[in-house]
Amino acid sequence: MPYDQDFDLSTLVEDDRVHKACYADEAVYEKELENIFYKSWIYIGHESQVLNAGDYWTTWVGKERMILCRDDKGGVHVLYNRCPHHGALICNNHTGNSGNKHAFRCPYHAWQFNMDGSLRNLPMKDGYEGIIDLTDPQLQMKRAERQSTYRGFVFASLCKDGPDLETWLGAGGKSAFDDICNRSPDGECEIVANCFRIIQHSNWKTFLENQLDAVHPSITHHSTGDAASQMQKVYTKETGEDPPMGYQFLADFALPYEVWDSLDTIGHPFGHTQLAGYMGLRPRDPVTLAHEKVLTEAYGKKRMDEILSTNIHHVLVYPCLSVQPPLQQLRAVRPLAANKTLTEIWHFKLKGAPEGIYERSLAYYYLVNSPSTMVNADDLNNFRAVQDGLSLTGGGDWVSLHRNAGQDTVENGITTSITGMSEQPMRNMFAAWKEYMSTGA
Amino acid sequence: MPKNKTLNFSVEVQQNVEQFLYKQADILDERNWEAWLELFTNDGKYWMPAHPEQKTGDGLPNIFYEDRYLMDMRIRRVEHPYAHSQKAGHRTSHVVSNVMIESEDKKNGNLVCSSRFHMIEYRLEKQRYFGGKYTHSLERIDNSYRIKLQRVDIANVEGPFDYVMQVWL
Repeated sequence: MPYDQDFDLSTLVEDDRVHKACYADEAVYEKELENIFYKSWIYIGHESQVLNAGDYWTTWVGKERMILCRDDKGGVHVLYNRCPHHGALICNNHTGNSGNKHAFRCPYHAWQFNMDGSLRNLPMKDGYEGIIDLTDPQLQMKRAERQSTYRGFVFASLCKDGPDLETWLGAGGKSAFDDICNRSPDGECEIVANCFRIIQHSNWKTFLENQLDAVHPSITHHSTGDAASQMQKVYTKETGEDPPMGYQFLADFALPYEVWDSLDTIGHPFGHTQLAGYMGLRPRDPVTLAHEKVLTEAYGKKRMDEILSTNIHHVLVYPCLSVQPPLQQLRAVRPLAANKTLTEIWHFKLKGAPEGIYERSLAYYYLVNSPSTMVNADDLNNFRAVQDGLSLTGGGDWVSLHRNAGQDTVENGITTSITGMSEQPMRNMFAAWKEYMSTGA
Repeated sequence: MPKNKTLNFSVEVQQNVEQFLYKQADILDERNWEAWLELFTNDGKYWMPAHPEQKTGDGLPNIFYEDRYLMDMRIRRVEHPYAHSQKAGHRTSHVVSNVMIESEDKKNGNLVCSSRFHMIEYRLEKQRYFGGKYTHSLERIDNSYRIKLQRVDIANVEGPFDYVMQVWL
């Protein structure tokens, strides 16, 4: 059932329920690209992805295909992946290096471009004499309308106007990156050059909502939680040693409701949302103690304590990111259609931190986020079931977001939920959605 | 005993190895998990690298990298009554071929062999295809083999993956 486009889009979202067209209607999806993905800031990649001159990675902003690359003076650029001559994609691989000359070369007619998009050379120059100046911008690879970096994380906006990146991120959005970088004694992280890409047969919002849905883990991941708890015992019995920490990551998915209840979800402006609490990663094991030592040397004990007590499990940078700072995980959301979403999954090393801290991150990356995940297998299955159900014509039109509605505390534009299991994160994101969709802000 | 002249491995060893690989594929397709774990040595690993040139699974991202304990955990998960994503039914069919013995330790019979596999997976009224290369490091134990390391290089290693892989390929 195509949604009636004359209808006011903002009526799709009420305080405690949303219309299924938000998830399942292609016309609404096209409006989302226009009003949200082409207006807001979108995460492109991390500076350390393109360490050397000529390095590039490709990604998506809505339907636009973009390139992140580095020039030979160290500059990082975000370009549209399109040759200005005949329109061909310049970079046809996910990642690579543009070669000795640090120049892109179009595979069709060999137009060459510097890494900032400017035209470097082209064959048959004579044919342009007196017709067009070769420095004309229409003969260059187009740059993203705006580009900005926060602590090494590169964002682009395809809209000339709007708030600058730091204003847009605000305290909520910035916490995703601060909480990663602060855990390094150098104040910096570097990306591990591996991107797992997984296609979800569901709407992009479903994934973001699930990330902060504290009711689903004990149900969706019951099987994995049980299996991991059982294997913790088997491991200790057979080896006489403590099981690897990764087993606990999985066992935690089946925590009882009371634990989830004690958490906070916090809604920030522009739809950015945090889940606070959950995974205290300060056991007294040698790795944590070594981490405390290097942070104390760098920042002093008081600041070290502040940094490691920051207990944010999850930050959603709306509409494009899900970040788990204490585990150094990042998932970027790339909507491909109303019912199809690509996730790009990355993890990070903390510069100067003990190797064991990275091993924790790697264990989580493997067990939860790899293509053999024992966790997301069930999430993705749920997302598909949700999408299929929401695509039905009959059977009802609305999605319920009633849990603890009206019970959240709002102070200075920041919403704090009464319980970790509140559907406040969904309501907060939809409030931003409504704002973007109705005003095109 | 006839010899394979170019490779200098006996036909008998070749046949034994082939039968072992066919058996492993059958165990996987039949979801005979108890027998699956017994295919591996106590320190045996199943490894699917995230990059074709990867030399080790240690300390690096992998698609699969599992010892007996993690394999046991995976079995317990997929057989759990609340493993929702398995409810739709899940069936695979493997074909293993192009079996080549790469090296053999004549003293103890341990060897390294490579092979190619094609696999279809049926789930939720859809069929998926996978293909790639197995490299088995096998230990000769009790007149049979056990897997010390199984490396699996899938053709679509860089992804993107449509959905995920719930069991080993």
